[in-house]
Amino acid sequence: MSAVMSRRAFRKVKNVAFLALSMVATLAGLACLAAILWTLLSHGIAGMSGRLFTQTTPPPGSAGGLLNALYGSAIMTVLGILVGSPIGVLAGTYLAEYGQNSKLSTTVRFINDVLLSAPSIIIGLFIYEILVVPMGHFSAIAGALSLAVIAIPITLRTTEDMLHLVPQGMKDSSAALGAYPWRTTVSILYPAARSGIVTGLLLAVARISGETAPLLFTALNNQFWSSDLNAPMANLPVVIFQFALSPYTDWQSLAWAGALIITVTILILSISARILLALLHSRGGGGAEK
Amino acid sequence: MALIDPRHAARQLVYERIFRGATLSAAILVLVILGGVALSLLQGSWPALRAFGFSFVAREVWNPVTEKFGALAAIYGTIVTSLIAMAIAVPTGFGIALFLTELCPPMLKRPIGVAVELLAAVPSIIFGIWGLFVLAPVLQEHVQPWLIDHLGALPGVGALFAGPPYGIGILTAGLVLAIMVLPFIAATTRDVFDTVPAMLKESGYGLGATTWEVIWNVVVPHSRAGIVGGVMLGLGRALGETMAVTFVIGNAHRISSSLLAPGTTISSAIANEFTEAVGTLYTSSLIALGLLLFLITFAVIAAAQAMLRRLERRALSTV
Repeated sequence: MSAVMSRRAFRKVKNVAFLALSMVATLAGLACLAAILWTLLSHGIAGMSGRLFTQTTPPPGSAGGLLNALYGSAIMTVLGILVGSPIGVLAGTYLAEYGQNSKLSTTVRFINDVLLSAPSIIIGLFIYEILVVPMGHFSAIAGALSLAVIAIPITLRTTEDMLHLVPQGMKDSSAALGAYPWRTTVSILYPAARSGIVTGLLLAVARISGETAPLLFTALNNQFWSSDLNAPMANLPVVIFQFALSPYTDWQSLAWAGALIITVTILILSISARILLALLHSRGGGGAEK
Repeated sequence: MALIDPRHAARQLVYERIFRGATLSAAILVLVILGGVALSLLQGSWPALRAFGFSFVAREVWNPVTEKFGALAAIYGTIVTSLIAMAIAVPTGFGIALFLTELCPPMLKRPIGVAVELLAAVPSIIFGIWGLFVLAPVLQEHVQPWLIDHLGALPGVGALFAGPPYGIGILTAGLVLAIMVLPFIAATTRDVFDTVPAMLKESGYGLGATTWEVIWNVVVPHSRAGIVGGVMLGLGRALGETMAVTFVIGNAHRISSSLLAPGTTISSAIANEFTEAVGTLYTSSLIALGLLLFLITFAVIAAAQAMLRRLERRALSTV
């Protein structure tokens, strides 16, 4: 009898111990997020000033801002999305509406998932080899293209998923009216899946605006103001990288301010993407269950 | 009056062909990109591969002056930092998933889940500067001296914790990587746990099992393929992660037995040295490192995807 009791007690203790450990794990994860945000806020706010948005990156020892880096990041992110997202949306459309379960679609889906998690530095080397080497110099175009390559798999994936959520009845009705698939896609499916596709775009912007590794050897960096797409261009991530590793305190404080700007932007983008998605699901979204 | 204008129908057909062609080419472009990545890396690394052959992956030497390059130190650093990261992130991520699916009050489930996912959205360069300016000093002043004092003298493991506390190095890089891959592992494991049918769990509870016993004996066996897939996806990230590691690894091309010593990884070597590399052989050796990384991560990610896909198919067939 007592052996039975002690076995039950042991099972209970084991249960409580593991559940307590899982709580500790969750607290540890949340603590990491809090610690990182706290560091960013405390260092970043100290570096905030009006100069950030009105002056370009300074030489060591003098005051300056991040204007050229902010401008370069914005330009390259926008160009990257403009080039990458149409390709992603079209390819996602092919997978959802035309290819479906054909051999080609299965392969593209698989390769896309691989590209989605492939190290971004590899994409940088790829663009370096096919663009920077033949052109003979680093350029904003190369930077934007490397970001485009990173944006494609993200938009492809969300577009396909969102098109699958559109009820079959809507497609059938459109087809019954005599519409060709392209007409159905453009006039029925895209509007129905709009907020989902926009979510994908937001996630893609969030992802590429923080990418550093692929820009290191495509866009490089530029100490000065430049709007020439055919020349190296300053960008926030690479400036943060260089300034944070420098021994100058004013450069380091600019790096923290830049880090805060980038993180806040990305968190806002990710949260809005999530809210959009939640709205979509609460509206029903056409059988949007997992 | 004809109901359908034949010219209109013909035009529609042309549009259809154009649209279909555009979507098809976009889909094929995805394949072309991956092929292009492989080919361009192969082409770029050709001079190094021809000069060093197989010894490139087997030698530790990395000397830009004498133009002798070997990848062994970088491969070692990549694997060891990733292993440290996985050793920490897998149990922690598992714990978070367990908490979110079984223990968490419903009210907190979404906020905590979103917080963990936001951790995944933070760009890697942020983890890098945080690791360098916050984590590394803490490790250097508090954790590493303790490790050296208490574990450094032990036979066997002692060698892992020998030498001065630099703050930066293999161990620090592994820790930062662990924080970075944690949200991925936690999120996939949670999603996989959620696919376990409630009926199975209820049956376990009905037999008198505790929560932990249901998790370990019902949920985990049912979702094994998914967990392994998620873990390997995390591993793929850890292997290829660049910026966060570059800040805290110390960039030293040598293999030390101590985890506290500076080292290098494939990706951080490329990030640190690429723009400063002079000469064809140096650049080409760095691209060859990239090719190695591509092959390793491709294999890991492909295996992970294959596992997750198998699980998806099984989930569909049981519904």
